[in-house]
Amino acid sequence: MALLSLENVSKTFGGVMAVKSVSLQVEPGEVLGVMGPNGSGKTTLFNLVSGALVPNSGTIRFKGAPITGLPPHRICRQGIARTFQLVRPFLGLTARQNILVGLGYGCRPLSGSAAREKSEELLASVGLEGLGDRPASTLTAMDRKRLDLARALATSPDLLLLDEFMAGLNPQETSEAMGLIRRLQARGLTLVLVEHIVWALLELSQRIVVLSAGEKIAEGPPTAIARDPRVVEIYLGSIPFP
Amino acid sequence: MILAQQLILGLLVGGLYGLAAAGLSLTFGVLRVLNVAHGDLLMLGGYVTFWLFSLWHVDPFLSLAAVAPSLFFLGLILYCVLFRFVVRAREEVRIKNSLLIGFGLTLVFQILAIQFFTADERSVTTAYGGEAIKIAGLAIPLVRLASVVLAFLVLAALQIFLNRARWGRAIRATAEDWEAASLMGIPVGRAYLWAFALGTALAGVAGGLVSVSYSISPTIGLEWTLKALIVTVLAGLGSLFGSFAGGLLLGFAEAGSGLLLGGAYREAVGLGLFLIILITRPQGLFGSR
Repeated sequence: MALLSLENVSKTFGGVMAVKSVSLQVEPGEVLGVMGPNGSGKTTLFNLVSGALVPNSGTIRFKGAPITGLPPHRICRQGIARTFQLVRPFLGLTARQNILVGLGYGCRPLSGSAAREKSEELLASVGLEGLGDRPASTLTAMDRKRLDLARALATSPDLLLLDEFMAGLNPQETSEAMGLIRRLQARGLTLVLVEHIVWALLELSQRIVVLSAGEKIAEGPPTAIARDPRVVEIYLGSIPFP
Repeated sequence: MILAQQLILGLLVGGLYGLAAAGLSLTFGVLRVLNVAHGDLLMLGGYVTFWLFSLWHVDPFLSLAAVAPSLFFLGLILYCVLFRFVVRAREEVRIKNSLLIGFGLTLVFQILAIQFFTADERSVTTAYGGEAIKIAGLAIPLVRLASVVLAFLVLAALQIFLNRARWGRAIRATAEDWEAASLMGIPVGRAYLWAFALGTALAGVAGGLVSVSYSISPTIGLEWTLKALIVTVLAGLGSLFGSFAGGLLLGFAEAGSGLLLGGAYREAVGLGLFLIILITRPQGLFGSR
């Protein structure tokens, strides 16, 4: 059974169809990449799955049960977590407190010393050892990304949505970020990635869904997607040969 | 000597300004709703203390243990029947409607208080009420000093709750970014509810202390809302101790100016300070951003 399934999900914003009858499935343990040009509905799709937006029509199922229209905190507690394209850690809280928020309210809530131990473990797992007592506002951009990820992981999700995790990183940071994502994958976490860096997405994903203007136009393994003429066309435009 | 004495009295009243402001700033910081009835909730807290004392001779400082939970409960009710409906609205609608609700509550509480408690000015006069500590010729009234110390302790306890407790962190996270908080599994509506009730309880405790150290009447609400608002602007949002320090500062400034310029300018100085801070440092003295 698919971990997450979308059936004909649509979302309109004042007459504009941001997501047009999209259906897709995410199998347990897989890494699904979602690509598409700007405005193709990738982030809207994430917002629909995480509950920040409610679809106009269609059904979203998680572990077989419908989650369409549930408030975000309920969806989070069922095991879906996300990170943000523009990271938004709670800036006034320390790094550790940020993680403790996720631990205290997520899918498998922890408290007291168990939560403290787990928070250290999470800080270390994303490479923030020793920075636990720093206010999030004093962290660098890359460290904020790490914190955003650790906070999402703290809710102990079964499905993690990573929204443009590598946006704005330099080449070295990008390869670090890819290492982080691979480690999550190795731990058996199911991942959905939205990413602008196409080569990174092709390298990390087992399967790719391509959106264009809110519609799913292609789906398949990375090698096939990279050669698909429809995908090449939306990224590069069609080349008129004589 | 007179100046020093006045400044000390100013600081003592300032501590209560700080406590009143902390409640207002907690609700405003978390719900983004300005509760202009905050001073009237303070007035109700004062009356609870007053009646507990005059009917059953409950010590006013002891009665705070009853005032805080009863005002907390009132806060829960007010949130559930009124403020719950505005917190999710768009910013403009939310501000407008919360002001309307606040002013409405102000009228209702004031008129109910006049009806049931009469318009007389009341204060709690305990057996130890007249005692003062004398240091170097300066007299520090015992109850006022105790009030300020208690106000500080209440804020310290609340700060520990906000830092350490699971719900405390949830409230702070919600204040920072409610959308991200809800995506992390926090029921944001519940965080709003607790924050509002806590703010109301703080108003109640402040009112209890005002009734011992000073006096209360049904119409003091607006004055205290205004003081709390000035202090909140002075100190900035987001820090309870900032509010406390801001309160002390306002009390100090009022006392100093009252003596130098005459009592008539007391209120004007507070509002003048308010304007200067708004123009030069809109985030407040201790606020960030």
